Amino acid sequence: MRDRASDLPIAFAAVSYSAGPVMILDRISLMLEPGAPTALIGPNGSGKTTLLKLAMGLIQPTSGRMTWGGRSGGPPVRRAFVFQKPAMLRRSAAANVAFALSAAERSADRATVNALLEQVGLGARASRPARRLSGGEQQRLALARALARNPEVLFLDEPTASLDPSGTKAVEDIIAEIAASGVKVVFSTHDLGQARRLAADIVFLVTGRIAEHAPVQQFFASPASAQGSAFLRGDLVI
Amino acid sequence: MDGSSALDLILAGDANLFAIVRLSLLVSLSATLLAAAVALPLGAFVALKPFPGRDAVIVLLNGLMGLPPVVVGLLVFLMLSRSGPLGALGILFTPQAMILAQTILIAPILAALTRQVIEDLWTEYRDELSAMNLGPLASVGALLWDARFSLATIMLAGFGRAAAEVGAVMIVGGNIDGFTRVMTTSIALETSKGNLSLAIGLGIILIGLVMAVNAIAWTVRRWSENYAG
Repeated sequence: MRDRASDLPIAFAAVSYSAGPVMILDRISLMLEPGAPTALIGPNGSGKTTLLKLAMGLIQPTSGRMTWGGRSGGPPVRRAFVFQKPAMLRRSAAANVAFALSAAERSADRATVNALLEQVGLGARASRPARRLSGGEQQRLALARALARNPEVLFLDEPTASLDPSGTKAVEDIIAEIAASGVKVVFSTHDLGQARRLAADIVFLVTGRIAEHAPVQQFFASPASAQGSAFLRGDLVI
Repeated sequence: MDGSSALDLILAGDANLFAIVRLSLLVSLSATLLAAAVALPLGAFVALKPFPGRDAVIVLLNGLMGLPPVVVGLLVFLMLSRSGPLGALGILFTPQAMILAQTILIAPILAALTRQVIEDLWTEYRDELSAMNLGPLASVGALLWDARFSLATIMLAGFGRAAAEVGAVMIVGGNIDGFTRVMTTSIALETSKGNLSLAIGLGIILIGLVMAVNAIAWTVRRWSENYAG
């Protein structure tokens, strides 16, 4: 039997992560609680993706302690991840979703597959090879695969980084719908407008440290850190 | 003159000629399947599993792709000869010996190419499959399935190599008429005897087979692009 205990909250206690001599995250302490989406923002190289991967359990901290729902380990059965450039399996869109369902030990019957594809607006693309879909469609298919895991927490790494405004809108609508259904969404973005539109709180990272963690209105209205102010002004923060 | 005679043999369905073709296909197809059964999992293992000496194994596999058929033939001959370690099997100068030789000849080719294909795909899929919490066996299954069209092309390349070689089967098969004579050994023999009609006829069929294999490989590739992306 799979462990269906809650993975929330996800707690980082003085978590560091380094790759060789390079410190990517430096003594991060953070609590990701159930509720509205959390956005990770910050300059390139600030550690957003690494933080998401740690929270997903894809990589292990170099030091510090992480817990999911108070537990320190266990398989990420209630977590799902959408990468910035998701790899499309060399199969149809429907087969991609069916594969994700099977991997999550869920029934991959046609009705479930179609329901997930419909949820992301790809019902009419079910039989298309996944690699032939547009960038926006591939991102939505990646969301469908993530939803196949029936996640409690969904991590999104710059989900609209390479999309045009209409593609971005389509993906954002789906994310908002997922969040409204009670799934905790944690996403990284360079798009401050997107952070404002989707998130309830902002984690602002600079050079591997949390410079600020605040409710979205507060962060954008009156950032507490000088780096936050500079970032919002459009200054280069390095 | 000889060319038209060769065509006559083919068009007339010459029994001797087609018996040779049948045996060639049987030996090379069997060798390809046997080699694939060993080499595909081996290639996938080397691609995915870090272990001490992995680089050396990769260099060895790549190097063995250029194994000279006559050397393989010699080694298999030594193994199967009466005083060899497998002499008790008593299969020297039989089609089984030829299958064994061709299997040894093409297994490194299949393993090395499989390793490369699977490793490239793993680089692309690793994060996704890890995020799906897929176990090692399921990951290997997914990779082999998604690489199926490339692997099919690799197997066809292996078959082409097996069907076209002459040195190994000549040594371990003995080129016995009606028993171990295949297309390549027949061509060599008939040419030396001056019986060019049969040699040319077999040559035409051999080239046709190689072309057909390449056509299938190409078709598989194009179809896979349309079907699976």
